[in-house]
Amino acid sequence: MAGASKAVVDSRANLPFVYRQYSPEQLRQVLHKMYLIRRFEEGAEECYMRGLIHGTMHLSIGQEASAMGICMPLAEDDQITSTHRGHGHCIAKGAEVSRMFAEFFGKTTGYCKGRGGSMHIADVAKGNLGANGIVAGGIPIAVGAALSSKRMKTGKVVVSFFGDGANNEGAFHEALNMAAIWKLPVIFVCENNGYGMSTSTARSTAVKNIAERAAAYSMPGVIVNGNIFSEVAEASFKAVERARAGEGPTLIESKTYRHRGHSKSDRNRYRTKEEIEDWMANRDPITLFETELRDFGFIDDQGIQAIRDAVAKEIADGIEFAKASPAPEIATLQNYVYTEHA
Amino acid sequence: MDAAVRELSYAQAIQEAMAIAMDMDERVFLMGEDIGVYGGAFQVTGDLVERYGTDRVIDTPISELGGAGVAVGAAVTGMRPIFEFQFSDFATLGMEQIVNQAAKMRFMLGGEVSVPVVMRFPAGSGTGAAAQHSQSLEAWLGHVPGLKVIQPVTPHDAKGMLLAAIADPDPVMIFEHKLLYKMKGHVPEGHYTVPIGKAEIRREGRDLTIVATSIMVQKALDAAAALEGEGIDIEVVDLRTIRPIDRQTIIDSVKKTSRLLCVYEAVKTLGIGAEVSALVAESEAFDYLDAPIVRLGGAETPIPYNPDLEKATVPQVPDIITAARDLVKGVR
Repeated sequence: MAGASKAVVDSRANLPFVYRQYSPEQLRQVLHKMYLIRRFEEGAEECYMRGLIHGTMHLSIGQEASAMGICMPLAEDDQITSTHRGHGHCIAKGAEVSRMFAEFFGKTTGYCKGRGGSMHIADVAKGNLGANGIVAGGIPIAVGAALSSKRMKTGKVVVSFFGDGANNEGAFHEALNMAAIWKLPVIFVCENNGYGMSTSTARSTAVKNIAERAAAYSMPGVIVNGNIFSEVAEASFKAVERARAGEGPTLIESKTYRHRGHSKSDRNRYRTKEEIEDWMANRDPITLFETELRDFGFIDDQGIQAIRDAVAKEIADGIEFAKASPAPEIATLQNYVYTEHA
Repeated sequence: MDAAVRELSYAQAIQEAMAIAMDMDERVFLMGEDIGVYGGAFQVTGDLVERYGTDRVIDTPISELGGAGVAVGAAVTGMRPIFEFQFSDFATLGMEQIVNQAAKMRFMLGGEVSVPVVMRFPAGSGTGAAAQHSQSLEAWLGHVPGLKVIQPVTPHDAKGMLLAAIADPDPVMIFEHKLLYKMKGHVPEGHYTVPIGKAEIRREGRDLTIVATSIMVQKALDAAAALEGEGIDIEVVDLRTIRPIDRQTIIDSVKKTSRLLCVYEAVKTLGIGAEVSALVAESEAFDYLDAPIVRLGGAETPIPYNPDLEKATVPQVPDIITAARDLVKGVR
């Protein structure tokens, strides 16, 4: 597909930030990756239902714009820490879906060689230091990575993703305070999907907006509509610039919604069917972004179909790769516990 | 002074190890509460901040969980942090990062990262600090695969094992008994390491093996000296590392002496003595035993404030003498 026509480029001055900052090809890539996240999770869910994947998983369907928007301004060697709802972050940071499927299938070709599964999915080579099964567990680790960046003068920025539930953990407060006093290049991204498992933020959290917590640690607190890619990316871009300039951390609250339940055991008793359907029908992040791209002339229906077809093939190929990959030998059970063992 | 007999205190030996490590490797740095100008609650870091600056000797807020997590994050991204918990009791506040993150990160990520973090824990009773500042929690961490847990008892080993810990690619937890900090002993100059995972026979004997940890090694040696006059010849094994445990040295010693007494300060039940007893019972050394295995450990109580009560909570030299004599003489 060719770049933006002259007419498109000229009219960009009035468009939201990302349409001025990034090329049409880059933005079409964003749509591609948002579809990739969505279809990956749908594919994983289907494999789970069919008994091909065991354990559990936490799907981020509905939160794709948040993952993509935050990662948009990051360089390949910038780093992230992620959460139990971390598939989108992993793909947004550059992971291959084939190796992610392989991990979910427990295979040696998976990112964690079958030792981690969904909840510990990582891609260290692309800067993803790992999802985390402990709420707020990754936040101090991100601050430590940012301390490394500052001490070793690597220029890396670190993003810590976490959910609304994490904002009531002590680790969140301790980590934000240390990042602020040491002016570290770290961005705290709270993906507020309204519920910590079943408990709403209104019932769990004393402040109305989690971004208000930033004031307690003398850092900017920014609220964005997490379902609008351009809003998220713009806030992330500013926070990355601030971090790289040595001005310290930012807390971004990305307000979003998960279409699926908390995990595979969720009966959705704490929210109404109407609420879920309203978010799916009227605020779906992929639909919103796709519509903008089309309205602004960055893509046409044919281009959208091409993306959907390419993603469908990537997903199908990824699942085949996972199925065909070898399982770990039982004799390797104790590998990776200590470095001298493997 | 002759370098061959140079003596340092246990605390000075640790400080020297940290200075050597920082001189050798830019990536090594220290973090902890009041380790800067204050010098650390037990003056272990001392004046290191004057020599290495506040970028490498970092005073943290009173945030054990966050601080431990920052150390873990720095370790997985290329640094070599040494994190001091002000008291080992405060491990309870950092447990999430120690147990769920530091210990498991390499495993969960299929070997894609290493976590070369060192955490130091001033531990034990005898300072009148009562129940929340006197515990011996090393067995808690010794139960977690992925961690290495050591308890050096001499200044020589404190320095050499800390340098080994800093060079180790995996997380190493060091429990330092507070009453050892002022004890002096021979410490060689310069860089050397004492291997993690190797016990040391501190005294050879024929009649009884005492496997002891940390300050109980000193007490066991005192007890052994006292019993020498009664013709009782005791072997004292300084365990030094509780994970990974040196099974072979214990088994070989028990095969030689045919009797085993375990002495440790932590609460007796479900402690390191249970592990040592069980590994002997499961091994070929079981057939060599001439008497039941005996454990001397801490009382089933928090550490009390009153000094007499506090002493009565943990094994003392007379307790070890009585237990050892009874064991050798067949008194049940």
